[in-house]
Amino acid sequence: MTKAITVSGLHKSFGGTQALDGLDLEVTTGEVHGFLGPNGAGKSTTLRVLLGLLRADSGAAQVLGRDPWADAVEVHRRIAYVPGDVTLWRNLSGGEVIDLYGRLRGGLDAGRRATLIERFELDPTKKGRTYSKGNRQKVALVAAFASDVDLLILDEPTSGLDPLMEEVFQRCVEEERERGRTVLLSSHILSEVEELCDRVSIIRRGRTVETGSLADLRHLTRTSVTAELAGTPNGLAHLPGVHDLDVQGHRVRLQVDTDGLDAVLRQLSESGVRSLTSTPPTLEELFLRHYQNEGATS
Amino acid sequence: MTSLVGTGVLLRFNLRRDRLMIPVWVAVNTLMVLSMPNTLKGLYGTQAERADLLDQVATNASLRALIGPVFDDSLGALTAWRVGVYAGALAAVTGLLVVVRHTRDEEETGRQELLSSGVVGRRASLTAALLAAAVAGGVLALLVTAGLAGQGVVGALAFGLGLAAVGMLFATTAAIVAQLTESARLARGLTAGVLGVAFVLRASGDSASTGGTSQAFGSGGGSSVLTWLSPLGWLSQLRPFAAERWWVLLLFAAAIAGQGALAYVLAGRRDVGMSFVPTRPGPPVGRLGTAGALAWRLQRGAVLGWSLGFFLAGVVYGGLTDGVADLVGDNERAREIFERMGGHSGITDAFLASMTGMLGLVAALYIVASVLRLHGEETSMRAEPVLANAVGRLRWASGHLVIAFGGSALIMLLAGLGFAVGYGKQVGPVLGACLVQVAAVWVVGGLAVLLYGLAPRVAPLAWGVAGAVLLIGWVGPALDVPQVVLDLSPFGHLPKLPGGDMEWGPVLVLLALAAVLVTGGLAGLRRRDLTT
Repeated sequence: MTKAITVSGLHKSFGGTQALDGLDLEVTTGEVHGFLGPNGAGKSTTLRVLLGLLRADSGAAQVLGRDPWADAVEVHRRIAYVPGDVTLWRNLSGGEVIDLYGRLRGGLDAGRRATLIERFELDPTKKGRTYSKGNRQKVALVAAFASDVDLLILDEPTSGLDPLMEEVFQRCVEEERERGRTVLLSSHILSEVEELCDRVSIIRRGRTVETGSLADLRHLTRTSVTAELAGTPNGLAHLPGVHDLDVQGHRVRLQVDTDGLDAVLRQLSESGVRSLTSTPPTLEELFLRHYQNEGATS
Repeated sequence: MTSLVGTGVLLRFNLRRDRLMIPVWVAVNTLMVLSMPNTLKGLYGTQAERADLLDQVATNASLRALIGPVFDDSLGALTAWRVGVYAGALAAVTGLLVVVRHTRDEEETGRQELLSSGVVGRRASLTAALLAAAVAGGVLALLVTAGLAGQGVVGALAFGLGLAAVGMLFATTAAIVAQLTESARLARGLTAGVLGVAFVLRASGDSASTGGTSQAFGSGGGSSVLTWLSPLGWLSQLRPFAAERWWVLLLFAAAIAGQGALAYVLAGRRDVGMSFVPTRPGPPVGRLGTAGALAWRLQRGAVLGWSLGFFLAGVVYGGLTDGVADLVGDNERAREIFERMGGHSGITDAFLASMTGMLGLVAALYIVASVLRLHGEETSMRAEPVLANAVGRLRWASGHLVIAFGGSALIMLLAGLGFAVGYGKQVGPVLGACLVQVAAVWVVGGLAVLLYGLAPRVAPLAWGVAGAVLLIGWVGPALDVPQVVLDLSPFGHLPKLPGGDMEWGPVLVLLALAAVLVTGGLAGLRRRDLTT
């Protein structure tokens, strides 16, 4: 498995602010990698280092096997980037900008360009300021998806898109994956990440706090269980990994660590299960747990 | 009047944002005006010399076109004559910049939307912008009146008010233009174009009229219709220090009120962020393919405007050259002096040298504006996605720099060709005089590149550099500024052409200095983080 991106021990400070504090990141070639973190965690800073726009104070970064600062131009030939806030030139039409970015990258697939414009329902004749925020994003997305590159770096690319367009975006990312391209997707929309990403890295205050596949990460968290029993539940409180136990008559609600799920189910069935709902942990819970931890320690 | 709710808050906000800009523009203008009596005293110390000057102005159409008619031989009246048009133009530029900055600029960047969503009336922004311009004009009027009071309080007041009135008139013009276009840059350019037309109208009107009078003050001398079409003409027809015609101020007031009313009507009728001349759709497919082509696309309008302006300035000043030399030809004593200095050709040469020098100083503004497009692209976040493509920083920057440095050479060349059309003689030497300015212009441009490359946050200080160079070039000599300060300006080291000897030494040193500055700036750009 080759790595499209490897980052280790990245540090970057702006004046007194430590934006990146020993960040690690590995993105395998061909995967869609989710990049999560609260505002100000250092996501955009990391992406800008990967694009050679910022120079890291220390640490190592390799993008497609090269140094993103020293070999910026070579690396960029194989990268397409979509910022979270696209600014366009007032007097250039969307179509002109798409073609400009394509040519500056070294090629654009005209057929795909046309299809994408249609799928995203973009009017390429409008000029810079007359586009809404969502439409400006679409200009950058069409330019990125239509170019012939190996790695897509997307920084909260769907901000301002409506749900239908969000759907189109997700299909486009799926297609990129099928074509064997690598995608690094920084996002706040967890359903999007859950839907699309093979692996996820969560960062906080310039450090990576979790990284792995969604299944791996789910393993670290808890399942919610609600059950209606025939008899009175007992012995649940003493089982390992059970939290927030709430018993009201025959009704039980609890949270359980993934490792303890089996024991809980066995205990419940002893009292006779009438109904059972079990909700797997969402990425959101995972996410919130890390965010709240931050709140607790800061 | 709910449409004006919030004006007070916005005005304070505008003045807070302009706390540097307005004082600098007003200070430069005031300095230019207040230095003049002293300069004139040195040149025309006696009553006889001044009477002589009045005769020359009355008989010399070129001189009237260049500066305007004169109506009295007092130092005050001569001051108002000598700086009136230029101080008026400077006040007009101040007014138009302030108004566009607080109206169309705000809408174009989308900031207005947020402001308008607050408790802010539909016409409050425009009112607050015009009031900010009025504050700038008011302070200028106050300083000029106080500073020139020694020449006569009434005349000083008339002149101060006249300058403020020109400023406000163009502020209201800008207010109208800002309703018509969606681009602040275009609004500024168009209003400046109106100012240029006003200058030309006044110049043609004043040269056609019999001008001021040397014997019968106030008898009027026929002033041409063209003069009365130009607000810059009104300023001289106000006749400060020469039996002031106060009713001319009413003319200003009427025009300001009329234009202001029109701007108000327009502003009340359109949507925020929209304009009466809507943006046309563009091509669905683009042909731009390189960073250089993008830079050209972004700057070509400005290059075109500056080229046209410099060519026309060359034609106009070239056309006046012979006339100005005749000025001395008519005057026996002056002719003797100048013949000793090098004859008739000495005077034309001196005139041509000072005009080409002035255009060189103005070209410094072009190069700073052009170099700082890099800064504008970077801070507006438009550079980031471009540089995330296979475009090196140097390649990206060099596209803009070729336009900045090549463009400044181009506009000076066109000015030289303009002189060739308007004057027709000494084509080679005058062209050389124009082109030699480029060396100094490039040093200013190099400083802008250095600032941008090493300290992007303070890159706009390059405007301060251009302003200082302009100030040193225009008022430095008149103020008896020490030579050390004069030497700070690269323009002070240029050979005096035409007429003087071409000295390659200083020119080559300036070119080398410019190269070093640009190299240093680009090296800085390569090493630093992009500001985001």
